[in-house]
Amino acid sequence: MHELSICQSIIEQVTEISRQNNARIVTKIYIQIGPLSGVEALLLEHAFPVASAGSIAQNAILEIQILPIKIHCNICGNENTADISKLICSACGAWQTSLISGDEMLLKSVELEKFEEKSNV
Amino acid sequence: MCDTCGCNVTEGNRNLIETGGKHAKTSEGNEAVEVLQNLLHENNHRAAHNREHFDKHQVLAINLMSSPGSGKTALLEATIDALNTIRINTNDKLSIAVIEGDLETENDAQRIRDRNTPAIQITTGSACHLDAYMVHDALHELDLDNLDIIFIENVGNLVCPASFDLGHHLNVTLLSVTEGDDKPAKYPVMFRGSNLTLITKADLLPFLDDFDVSKAEKNIRNLANPAPVFQISARKSNDSSLEKQGINEWIEWLKQQIKQYKTHLKLGETVLPMIQKDHLHNSSHPHEH
Ligand SMILES: Nc1nc2c(ncn2[C@@H]2O[C@H](COP(=O)(O)OP(=O)(O)OP(=O)(O)O)[C@@H](O)[C@H]2O)c(=O)[nH]1
Ligand SMILES: [Mg+2]
Ligand SMILES: [Zn+2]
Ligand SMILES: [Zn+2]
Repeated sequence: MHELSICQSIIEQVTEISRQNNARIVTKIYIQIGPLSGVEALLLEHAFPVASAGSIAQNAILEIQILPIKIHCNICGNENTADISKLICSACGAWQTSLISGDEMLLKSVELEKFEEKSNV
Repeated sequence: MCDTCGCNVTEGNRNLIETGGKHAKTSEGNEAVEVLQNLLHENNHRAAHNREHFDKHQVLAINLMSSPGSGKTALLEATIDALNTIRINTNDKLSIAVIEGDLETENDAQRIRDRNTPAIQITTGSACHLDAYMVHDALHELDLDNLDIIFIENVGNLVCPASFDLGHHLNVTLLSVTEGDDKPAKYPVMFRGSNLTLITKADLLPFLDDFDVSKAEKNIRNLANPAPVFQISARKSNDSSLEKQGINEWIEWLKQQIKQYKTHLKLGETVLPMIQKDHLHNSSHPHEH
């Protein structure tokens, strides 16, 4: 379950970002992952409360977007989506393809509640 | 140091970066801050530092990964024996050291030390994978001068280790014949990133009717991975005149990798393991720290 380590890393990053932005709490964390990153969204969601407990992101909403696997064929130039275990060209059947997207593991953005501004939460 | 260094810009999210401003207000009046960092940003930076460390000493670092018990330590033992034989016969010396990752016990490191080879044991406790910090700590216990290769034996696990850059240069994945030829399709993240797949315990192939080496290879090609697939055995053949199967090919591959690595170093470049490559291709801007 490396998702716990990954959540801990996310908490470290958002804690630092909050500090830089003079934020009181983190309200939302947007993440993008591709299936080929090896990170499971469900496991990430399960690990998040454990990793965030007591942190500035304790009550944050974790929003995970899964990106599709897209490949480019190095033989015929076709672009298509693909299954995680079959990264082959749908036009010519070649396996010589390059990944365009699908292995992302990205902290995209965070939403912060700042100290100076009174907000209605 | 590197807040938005762009190391994670891919075609899939480039438009987000080019359109959105860095800061914006949400409807609740909160502040939205664009980040665009790898989820393992800190680990990846530590890994880059480890790689600099290796490169300064011109040591090729190889991450050995497999399921528990696929024969990683046995492969290292056989490799040490083969290198010793080569040294005696040809005076051609390759020096290696080993970093052993395990949940518990010093057993594997001891097996390596028994062959007069330096080995550092990392016990990860509950962590099912090594990370760049653990490897960094181990590096401080090793004398990197006069080494040619450092093998990092990762924790036996086909899932978690695949996501963590350790600062190594090459991924070598072992698949033992008793595990089944479908494993590359079931663990695509791991096998997609292998610079070499070793089909281990090949001496058992005659006793198994359901492991098809060509199927295993096809499953690896289906992951768009062009890397070689070798059969290998760490067991001495019954016929003592025969070499251990595949070991020579493996040693030749290692020598070739060292050569290529040194060529890259001369050009002021390093070598990145297969998994990291796609990111580099998609990242158009220079990575400064
Ligand atoms: N027949 C045969 N058995 C082997 C071979 N290589 C390893 N084994 C056996 O497989 C078992 C596990 O080998 P190890 O080298 O400890 O495997 P490992 O991958 O290092 O295991 P962990 O570190 O626990 O994940 C041992 O009983 C070895 O004797 C081989 O080439 N042929
Ligand atoms: Mg072992
Ligand atoms: Zn094609
Ligand atoms: Zn960076």
